[in-house]
Amino acid sequence: MLDYEKYLRYRTFPVPWCPGCGIGTIFKAVVTAFAKLEWDPNDIAVVSGIGCSGRLSTYFNTNTLHTTHGRALTFATGIKLSNPDKHVVVFSGDGDALAIGGNHFIHACRRNLNIKLIVINNNIYGMTGGQVSPTTPTGFVTTTTPYGNTEPHFDTVELAKAAGATYVARETVNRPRQMLKVIEKSFKHSGFSVVEIVSNCHINLGRRNKLKHPLPMLKWIDENTIPLSKAKDMSEEELKFKYVVGEFVHRHRPDYLSLYEDLVVKKAGGDKK
Amino acid sequence: MNNVKIRSGNELVVEGAIAAGCNFFAGYPITPSSEIAEGMSRELPKVHGIFIQMEDELASIGAVIGASLGGKKVMTATSGPGFSLKQENLGVALIAEVPLVIVNVMRGGPSTGLPTRGAQGDVMQARWGTHGDHPVIALAPAFPKEVFLTTIDAFNLAEKFMTPVILLLDELVGHSHEPVELPGPDEYEIVNRKYPEKLETLEIYKREMGKPPLRPDFFMGYPIHIESLEHNDYGYPTTNPEIVEVQQRRRLEKIERHKDEIIRYKTHYTDDAELVIFAFGSMARSALEAIETLRKEGGPKIGLFQPITIWPFPEEQLKKAVGEKDVLVVELNWGQLVYEVERVLKTNKIHSLLKMTGMPIRPDEIIEKIKEIKNA
Ligand SMILES: Cc1ncc(C[n+]2csc(CCOP(=O)(O)OP(=O)(O)O)c2C)c(N)n1
Repeated sequence: MLDYEKYLRYRTFPVPWCPGCGIGTIFKAVVTAFAKLEWDPNDIAVVSGIGCSGRLSTYFNTNTLHTTHGRALTFATGIKLSNPDKHVVVFSGDGDALAIGGNHFIHACRRNLNIKLIVINNNIYGMTGGQVSPTTPTGFVTTTTPYGNTEPHFDTVELAKAAGATYVARETVNRPRQMLKVIEKSFKHSGFSVVEIVSNCHINLGRRNKLKHPLPMLKWIDENTIPLSKAKDMSEEELKFKYVVGEFVHRHRPDYLSLYEDLVVKKAGGDKK
Repeated sequence: MNNVKIRSGNELVVEGAIAAGCNFFAGYPITPSSEIAEGMSRELPKVHGIFIQMEDELASIGAVIGASLGGKKVMTATSGPGFSLKQENLGVALIAEVPLVIVNVMRGGPSTGLPTRGAQGDVMQARWGTHGDHPVIALAPAFPKEVFLTTIDAFNLAEKFMTPVILLLDELVGHSHEPVELPGPDEYEIVNRKYPEKLETLEIYKREMGKPPLRPDFFMGYPIHIESLEHNDYGYPTTNPEIVEVQQRRRLEKIERHKDEIIRYKTHYTDDAELVIFAFGSMARSALEAIETLRKEGGPKIGLFQPITIWPFPEEQLKKAVGEKDVLVVELNWGQLVYEVERVLKTNKIHSLLKMTGMPIRPDEIIEKIKEIKNA
């Protein structure tokens, strides 16, 4: 039996999410990964932005920090730089990571500090009542696109790859085992990792798009999920609005801190002090 | 006098920070503050500290808050446009009670304004820039040695009261190069944050009224939670009105009840003065030169009240120094601290000399104004 209870901060329960929300499945996967890796709760900092996903940090019995909308990665950067040996895990929503926090997202990928980012992509601004987000599919009705979303959406994986993240994967809440696997792998990876988990917001996205209950919404996600191995043989047209899942990038590049130590501190003579 | 060096104000901030034990800096370049980031990038690696240039000012203050929670003594530096960008996360440091120093080398505003010209227009932004009610400590040194010592002081106050401290320079103070005798370590005190003797409670905000939190840093063996939402004694989110009131009041009172400890000011020639000038930063220096010229020429005897702590405002100290005398407020803006002076000195006659053209108010302009007041 895995001892994942030590990672739960029972005093703050019950959790605030709507019944059927996918965040619970992601929460379970993350504490399970902690337990499998036997990380000491004291050696972990969980940092989150603002939104439904941002509320996650409160419920981990580790060092935790709930920050501002879009900025979680910047706080995490300071924590990691000041404590290179500790584990820093960040939760962001799709709006948090890719709209207001988009600049921090790409620069964190570029910088390659050993931080673990989990983007919970529910394709909507959940917390504020269902406004359009940078990942809302074109055509979907939201409270700020009452006639349907006309904008194209961001592909988190492509963005992370191009910006230089060294581990990039995508999974959905329908695939808890595969999700656990990529989360665990990202935790073991040395460098900046981005794991996108596609999740269901039947309340604030589904409700306005004929997917008002958890099951139809999860089914919709499932119908649009394509494993990477299969996607390789599909055309761009066929892959439009599909969630291609799997591991996209697993590469090595020296991380910011090792370069700082080797090139900067040594040159300045700080290593002799 | 063997330790005399030529230094700009910005360089003295760097030296003061290093002397204070600062070991983490995150910033984003902006005139007229960039020399601070440049200096820190050069000096921090020498003492095994961390320097990072972030992608913007929001990121810079986010990173220093994270590093402070991680146990570092931290600083960030900027000017007007960047100071505006930092306001939201400044609020995090205030509500979560995280020590840090944020330098604003003031330039002409609003907006991109006058990047290379000095101004004192961010005084009220320093007080009320981030939303909601909050306490603020802001310090504004004028003379070279004062810049060095006030920088150390800023760290001391931040660590002691578990709060961000704003160090307000103006461009003229930041960029003037002057000879300065750097004080040695026996001439200043270094204060570090206190930790609980035993890690036995998670109620890190459970403190007497007016006291800062007493808590471990991250990774000290205790799973603390730090929140940007209003929180209870554990730091966990709450909307309970009674708890909200206690936390809000405690944060305000921790500064209010220690005003005497936080307020620094200087008086020059006030005892025999018939009129007292109120001025800070570069304008205090202009005023002092005007005062000394008049005294040399046998003109009217004028004094100077120079606040170094701008916030909390030195109410009692000003009242005591000025008595019933007339006051002339000299500031490089269209009137900000003059309203505070008027609020505090209800019965004195208060004049003001204000300017915001990108040029300093020169000593001869101050002398002119004094003559005008005398002849009126
Ligand atoms: C600076 C700022 N702007 C706007 C908001 C309001 N706000 C709170 S959460 C949120 C969007 C959340 O959406 P997302 O990041 O996708 O997370 P979710 O709630 O869906 O998990 C917004 C706009 C805020 N808190 N701060």
